[in-house]
Amino acid sequence: MNYPDESTYGNKADIISTVEFNHTGELLATGDKGGRVVIFQREQESKNQVHRRGEYNVYSTFQSHEPEFDYLKSLEIEEKINKIRWLPQQNAAYFLLSTNDKTVKLWKVSERDKRPEGYNLKDEEGRLRDPATITTLRVPVLRPMDLMVEATPRRVFANAHTYHINSISVNSDYETYMSADDLRINLWNFEITNQSFNIVDIKPANMEELTEVITAAEFHPHHCNTFVYSSSKGTIRLCDMRASALCDRHTKFFEEPEDPSNRSFFSEIISSISDVKFSHSGRYIMTRDYLTVKVWDLNMENRPIETYQVHDYLRSKLCSLYENDCIFDKFECVWNGSDSVIMTGSYNNFFRMFDRNTKRDVTLEASRENSKPRAILKPRKVCVGGKRRKDEISVDSLDFSKKILHTAWHPSENIIAVAATNNLYIFQDKVN
Amino acid sequence: MFARGLKRKCADHEEDMGGALAGFKAVPSYSLQRQSLLDMSLVKLQLCHMLVEPNLCRSVLIANTVRQIQEEMTQDGTWRMAAPQSTGRAPLDRLVSTEILCRSTREQDGVCPASGMGDGLALGPVSEFSTVTSAQTPGNPQNSVWEMDSPRENRGSFQKSLDQIFETLETRNPGSTDELFSDMDSSYYDLDTVLTGVVSRAEPGPCDGLQGLAPAATPPPSSSCKSDLGELDHVVEILVET
Repeated sequence: MNYPDESTYGNKADIISTVEFNHTGELLATGDKGGRVVIFQREQESKNQVHRRGEYNVYSTFQSHEPEFDYLKSLEIEEKINKIRWLPQQNAAYFLLSTNDKTVKLWKVSERDKRPEGYNLKDEEGRLRDPATITTLRVPVLRPMDLMVEATPRRVFANAHTYHINSISVNSDYETYMSADDLRINLWNFEITNQSFNIVDIKPANMEELTEVITAAEFHPHHCNTFVYSSSKGTIRLCDMRASALCDRHTKFFEEPEDPSNRSFFSEIISSISDVKFSHSGRYIMTRDYLTVKVWDLNMENRPIETYQVHDYLRSKLCSLYENDCIFDKFECVWNGSDSVIMTGSYNNFFRMFDRNTKRDVTLEASRENSKPRAILKPRKVCVGGKRRKDEISVDSLDFSKKILHTAWHPSENIIAVAATNNLYIFQDKVN
Repeated sequence: MFARGLKRKCADHEEDMGGALAGFKAVPSYSLQRQSLLDMSLVKLQLCHMLVEPNLCRSVLIANTVRQIQEEMTQDGTWRMAAPQSTGRAPLDRLVSTEILCRSTREQDGVCPASGMGDGLALGPVSEFSTVTSAQTPGNPQNSVWEMDSPRENRGSFQKSLDQIFETLETRNPGSTDELFSDMDSSYYDLDTVLTGVVSRAEPGPCDGLQGLAPAATPPPSSSCKSDLGELDHVVEILVET
């Protein structure tokens, strides 16, 4: 695959914490550590510039969350946007959910390109006119104005999470969504903000007995009663909401038996699942743990059908990675539109793609130094030992502060968005 | 039966990879590596609490790691092995660690306000903050430290365990930042509670075994605390060892 079109929209002051295309791929939203959401819109392809593929330009920017202080616990609540999820478009406006650690918000993003003029009771600046001065009546008319994109918060879903929200997922019924924190998952109706249903609760009666937390959750893309959630022990549970109100008993339990030859004190930590995603087809789920990406068939619970090594050369460095906390980094993973390719990030601004059919994989780098705009990305290679070839980089030279945790894939085309700290890279497939 | 199939970390694995390595590295023993991992983990747990709520997933994973190490150390009897090596230690070192462990209780007794210790902790090896605090420690109060320690406090604090780390997320007394940190100290600086809390409190095993290690110079104030103090002392020796 060639990814020649590189557009970079840096240098944002803040670190990007989530990236998400909408259902058509026309819009791309990013959230950052400062609580801001930036939405990019794809240019319509013009007849004049046939060879210039639609590029993404900034469409709207708004402050979604502000820092808060929890007075009861004397703790700050970060404004960092943990996740953004789009709702399918049902009218001219766009809707998205954005969440920080505690509060989910529904935002409406709409365009305004006309403005009413000629009010009777107000003058052009909006000041009220003295009724005594009005002698004639006129009908206000809509006149064109410069396009303005407004974002307004339509719903605020607050006070339902004691622990930090790690996931939100819109249900296929488009009426409900779920939010998951470390120990609980709540089901919301978009119209109702003052209550939610608790559908999963793994908090033990005695917190001393806590050994496992929820790390990610997602609704099935087609079956509105089904969802999955992953845990810090490397397990995935599939639940059916029709079975009971509180889905504490799973319908299916996915876990791979441990490999005894690879056992170490870090085994559990590296098995902790940082992301879980249904395939577009709904037949598979993909999970990301520290060193691998796994694809599971929903019909087979005892082991994944595919396992891909993301950066196995880190296995011998786990002690150092534990020391500098990198071992707790939560990488996400994504499917392409046809579920044939999966992508995930790594360190040194590297990201990896795995073709499920050909079993080929590639390592690419998102960095301005190493690629000129519109140049084809060169595959990278990490040298694990012995002689290092000219273009290879050795494990010890990897920059662990440059991590690609968040990536997104256009729903139908080969366009990917890669967040590298505070830079966003968008790569497109070359047109032949 | 202790399973020796556990993989060693870091340097050992690099040696296994064969080929010419960058020189010969002195490989620390497995137990030393394990010990340093334990110390590192405990420091990480202590540093979990800042102004922002700690990451629960990270805390749970670290706590589970501590549990694993402690279980393994209990199984292969390493708990009992630290004492002989520490005879040559300067009493000051032992004292320093004790200060850290007993900081909360001594603060309450008004003995030694360890100023800004919590803030000053850096993510470095355990020996680093041992050095920092040694300057503050007076002459030879080892005996007095044990005597000063309120047995009630010790027992009470032993009841708290990793639970505190998680419970503080829910029920936190509102108050100043100082209060915040001092509240945490009793769980984080009390190394013993962290370790013993991991194993069910009902288990007498490790405690019983450690009774014999209580230093002869410090008769425990009450028999009910004997095992606790002996354990604490032993844990101190482990800390100091690294």
